[in-house]
Amino acid sequence: MATFLGINLFGLFGQLLVGLINGSFYALLSLGLAIIFGLLKIINFAQGAMYMLGAFFAWMALNYMGINYWAALIIVPLAVGCIGVLMERYLLRPIANEDHLYSLLLTFGLALILQGAFTHMFGSSGMSYAIPDELKGGNRLPFMYLPNYRAWIIISSLVVCVATWYMIEKTKLGAYLRAGTENPQLMQAFGINVPLIVTLTFGFGVGLAGFAGVMAAPVYSVSPDMGSNMLIVVFAIVVIGGMGSIGGAILTGLGMGIVEGLTKYFYPEASTTVIFAVMVIVLLTKPAGLFGKEA
Amino acid sequence: MKSLKKSLLSAAVASVFAVSGAQAAGISDDKVKIGVLADMGGVYADICGKGCVTAVEMAVEDFGGTVLGKPIEVVSADDQNKPDIGSAKAREWVESQGVDAVTGLVASSVTGAVTKVLTDNKKIALISTSASHAFTTKACSPYNAHWTYNVVALANGTVKPMVDAGKKKWFFITADYAFGHALEKVASGVIKNNGGEVVGAVRAPLGTTDFSSYVLQAQSSGADVVALANAGADFVNSLKTSAEFGLTEMVDVAGLLVFTHNAKALDPNIAGGMKLTTGFYWDMDDETRAWSKRFKERHGSIPAMGQAGAYSMTMHYLNAIKEAGTDDADTVMKVMKKNKPNDFFARNAYLRNDGRMVHDMYQVRIKKADERKNEDDIFAIEQVIPGEQAFGPMLSQCDFK
Repeated sequence: MATFLGINLFGLFGQLLVGLINGSFYALLSLGLAIIFGLLKIINFAQGAMYMLGAFFAWMALNYMGINYWAALIIVPLAVGCIGVLMERYLLRPIANEDHLYSLLLTFGLALILQGAFTHMFGSSGMSYAIPDELKGGNRLPFMYLPNYRAWIIISSLVVCVATWYMIEKTKLGAYLRAGTENPQLMQAFGINVPLIVTLTFGFGVGLAGFAGVMAAPVYSVSPDMGSNMLIVVFAIVVIGGMGSIGGAILTGLGMGIVEGLTKYFYPEASTTVIFAVMVIVLLTKPAGLFGKEA
Repeated sequence: MKSLKKSLLSAAVASVFAVSGAQAAGISDDKVKIGVLADMGGVYADICGKGCVTAVEMAVEDFGGTVLGKPIEVVSADDQNKPDIGSAKAREWVESQGVDAVTGLVASSVTGAVTKVLTDNKKIALISTSASHAFTTKACSPYNAHWTYNVVALANGTVKPMVDAGKKKWFFITADYAFGHALEKVASGVIKNNGGEVVGAVRAPLGTTDFSSYVLQAQSSGADVVALANAGADFVNSLKTSAEFGLTEMVDVAGLLVFTHNAKALDPNIAGGMKLTTGFYWDMDDETRAWSKRFKERHGSIPAMGQAGAYSMTMHYLNAIKEAGTDDADTVMKVMKKNKPNDFFARNAYLRNDGRMVHDMYQVRIKKADERKNEDDIFAIEQVIPGEQAFGPMLSQCDFK
């Protein structure tokens, strides 16, 4: 076996790849949060609950309606996005002019209600959701066995992340979006329906969490607290990347996946803490985050 | 006149003494109050929670609702898996609300804090679902009764037969908190005593979602068996990942603590074939089926082992009060240890002086998809493990006669 400085290199490569897989997952989840915060200045604590909803909707679609994984991958994010639209329109808009703290508390409360309701309905043990047949099995790489589904997670997450980034940063629609949230009055004067843009942006950001939920269903336990476990880490990633920086959220997500993967290899006990340690260091040295603009 | 006053006074004093004397021998506060303390809405809600409340209520109803002519009352509370909340509730119950015994008791950390409060107040702890063996060893108390199972029984039941069958090299994926450490330590002892070796271990923090790093490490360790010393969602996630990365095909993966509800949450194609140890399985015989059917009608799902245990221990406790003629904890505990529990749950059972309820444990196999007749058809019983073999010997310092 190849070793370098006493470290098993094959093992290390395996850990790096696994870190990248988790990182692409983090990127996907933090992207939604970054969009909602960056463009709308709403700190959405219900994002984890929306991720959980995505996984549960996928499970329900399969078990109650016979909708398979591939169809769920399209339908479920739309359904979760619709819930996001309703949430923005009827819960968040009435308090849009209040302090950010109000929307934070409201979404936090909503997350607790959803989690409690799902625990009540489905119990706390979780549901099983099988990997679709097309993605079963895997390939033996020189240094590890790579399951096909994990490869699919990397590819699809990166495609969605890059497409979203491109749309917001490089297209005309993205320009409207950014302008509409930067200076709503002016855009309104130009005849752009800003409230609609805000609602749809929120719906899109939440829909991304739903998409991540469907992606997660076959590999992680589909349980009511899956979102709350994930949310805090994802928030830390968004903070490290720079609140609201979309590219920053994606790159930091990938980077933190790798950092976490290496920690799991060298000192597993610290693996859930390492991201927060990085967060503290970043906040002390660059308070706006790695990719954020200084206010 | 004076003498009349004096005799009236002495009669009054005597009657007061008579009443208090009668109270000490009979039922305190004119009722028997049982508190059910468990995680009601968190990760462990399914394995005890409201199901434990239902089981205790069923026991009280089956007992007739009264003991020695006094009513039996059941109260319950959510400990949120937090030792401070659990112990504060227990203290309130025993110190100001006349609770005589506390049952439920799931997370070992909570149970540790609660049993301390109960022992200080000379009240009985009826532990249904906790795994740690501390309550009958290093933290033993004359007021503890630990039913259902513990880590020693899990290690003896699951690990020993595998080591005996030639699986000598073990790797642990351990939950990084008290329960996981205890389980790993006890299981490692069993492995070494039987000629095996532990080739490695990783400590995964509680609530880890992605276990792929640990699975890769297990894969390169050269172990014959990878033991999952964790529970609940951690177990489900780690086993799912093991299957996905092909670990389950390369080596044996052993779940050390698996509740029926967790096994149900797994794809039978992944979990099918795994052997594990349990203190109860609903579909064992007519007696277990009859009780479990009643339980399911009320609670909506089949009983977890701790829920069946909660019924059994409540029944044993109430019977002991009836025989003792009092709810005084010391007297009741003596009777509980003298009489052997014998019901659908407790087979070949007795409550040892250290508070350990020794009874038959079961080595079971998770059924594959094509073996299952319905959604509750999860385990096949492979072997009955006699209690003495499962729970190991008693420590002399815990021999509370």
